[in-house]
Amino acid sequence: MFFKMITASLVRRRSRMLVALLAIAVGATILSGLVTIYIDVPRQMGAEFRNYGANMIFMASSNDAVFDMDTVQTGIDKIEQGKLVGVAPYRYETVRIHEQPVVAAGTDLSQVQTTSPYWMIDGEWPEKDEEMLVGQNIAESLNLHAGDLVNVMGPTEEDSEDQLNFGVDIRVTGIVETGGKEEDYIYMSMADLETLVGEGELDVVELSVSATAEELDRYVKTIESEAEGITPRLVKRVTQSESTVLGKLQALVFLVTAVVLVLTMICVATTMTAVVAERRKEIGLRKALGASDASIMKEFMGEGLLLGGVGGILGSVLGFVFAQFVSVRVFASSIRYQPLLLPVTILVSILITGLACLFPVKNATTVDPALVLKGE
Amino acid sequence: MSLLELRGISKIYGDLKALDNINLSVENGEWTAIMGPSGSGKSTMMNIIGCMDKPTMGEVLLDGVDIAKESAKNLTAIRRDKIGLIFQQFHLVNYLTAVENVMVAQYYHSLPDEKEALEALARVGLADRAKHLPSQLSGGEQQRVCIARALINHPEIILADEPTGNLDEANENIVLDLFRQLHEEHTTLIVVTHDPEVAEVAQRTITLEHGRIKSDEINKMFGRN
Repeated sequence: MFFKMITASLVRRRSRMLVALLAIAVGATILSGLVTIYIDVPRQMGAEFRNYGANMIFMASSNDAVFDMDTVQTGIDKIEQGKLVGVAPYRYETVRIHEQPVVAAGTDLSQVQTTSPYWMIDGEWPEKDEEMLVGQNIAESLNLHAGDLVNVMGPTEEDSEDQLNFGVDIRVTGIVETGGKEEDYIYMSMADLETLVGEGELDVVELSVSATAEELDRYVKTIESEAEGITPRLVKRVTQSESTVLGKLQALVFLVTAVVLVLTMICVATTMTAVVAERRKEIGLRKALGASDASIMKEFMGEGLLLGGVGGILGSVLGFVFAQFVSVRVFASSIRYQPLLLPVTILVSILITGLACLFPVKNATTVDPALVLKGE
Repeated sequence: MSLLELRGISKIYGDLKALDNINLSVENGEWTAIMGPSGSGKSTMMNIIGCMDKPTMGEVLLDGVDIAKESAKNLTAIRRDKIGLIFQQFHLVNYLTAVENVMVAQYYHSLPDEKEALEALARVGLADRAKHLPSQLSGGEQQRVCIARALINHPEIILADEPTGNLDEANENIVLDLFRQLHEEHTTLIVVTHDPEVAEVAQRTITLEHGRIKSDEINKMFGRN
């Protein structure tokens, strides 16, 4: 009978209860949506921040271990799968173009595209060996353009019998513009550099890792202690600004969520106060029929909590749609569904509605049946 | 021992004496009408007998228990167990069907029993209207649902406050016929009315004026009309 009464009150008086339901559903939608974004934003922003370049570098440690790709791999293995966006190893050597000394970086140019996506290339990225990129400053001083075939010589003029000094003809596919020190180098494949200067160790490895500041710190500590021959370092300017922006964004989301919940509570409390006021005769009748104060509270609270539950279910579904919409519009990628958010949203909706109903429901018990049922 | 006994009851609001030293006994199975003009104290007396108010002084003995001394919580329990209320404006819960309205009284009293509630509605001639909402019922039908609700828990006293005040003559007669049936079944009825025609079908008529009993008469024509 209790359930029949509260459902009948909600279903048969739906026009009245719709306002309260709408308030709860809107509140739950914002709550669910913003919390989904709150949880997913580090991932979204992490991906966004990867556009600002590598956030971790590996350098050779001071011991005698050889710093090559095999050594680097032992460090990479400490990073969770799926977190690593790209790894670009760099080896810097001096070569000559038009008899002018130039610093050449041997690297994996396909990986550079992922670790340094902010590079502006006038031309194309190299797709195979014997193709290279030239920094803007070098291109200007040596009058190089995309498409030029350039003879790149090894480091010395001596040992003319050494085949390294015959040089390699490499085509410039593009000019690198970054506004930074990258414009002072030329970039070729590791194989081309080895052809010119012979085998050698890496100087630095740039890594782009999609992870939070805490995760990055953890990786650095693990690699430092467990990967021999590697000194990992975080690129502070990237990781710090990332965590600062994330912190501010999450604080904003938290604040908006809190404000929305308070507004929802006020709206539900106002609606329930109006509901109690317009049902004073019914409350008086129930008391006249022998309902105790506890029964009256239980019934009105039951209505409120049922409303909260229904609003919570609606809100968690609509919240995901809302979060998806925001994510697609702001981050241009879809959001991950958080299954735990469904019960949490429903519970919070019920809790908020319960709190909002407390005062109006308590007020309902003060109705004097003799007064409200008085005849004309 | 009388079922209900009022001893020296007064109800005072500031300078106003709504009831002034009322002494009254109602026997089990008696059909009593309480008459009087507006402000004579009828409603105040009904509220006190119906456990919805307390007298300023005096004793109200219901089944030998002085309800004037009971707590609000106990008064609620007494009202639930011993008193059936019939109102002038019916006071049905507008979003519950006729049978659900009857079951509400069962719910607060003990356990809702739809079969029993349907039987109560059948008794007042509304078996076919059980699933209708109050807004789909006429005034007379709503009053009969109200009577079925008052009867459902087998109360010791039925208190009716202007039960025909909002009804036309045809429905008034239906309600009065139901009261006759209840009286024949030895139900104690106390009916507040300002309508002499309703009062004169009762066994006994008490007339109030300025909070005092002006007259207390046995209806000599009782049972003949």
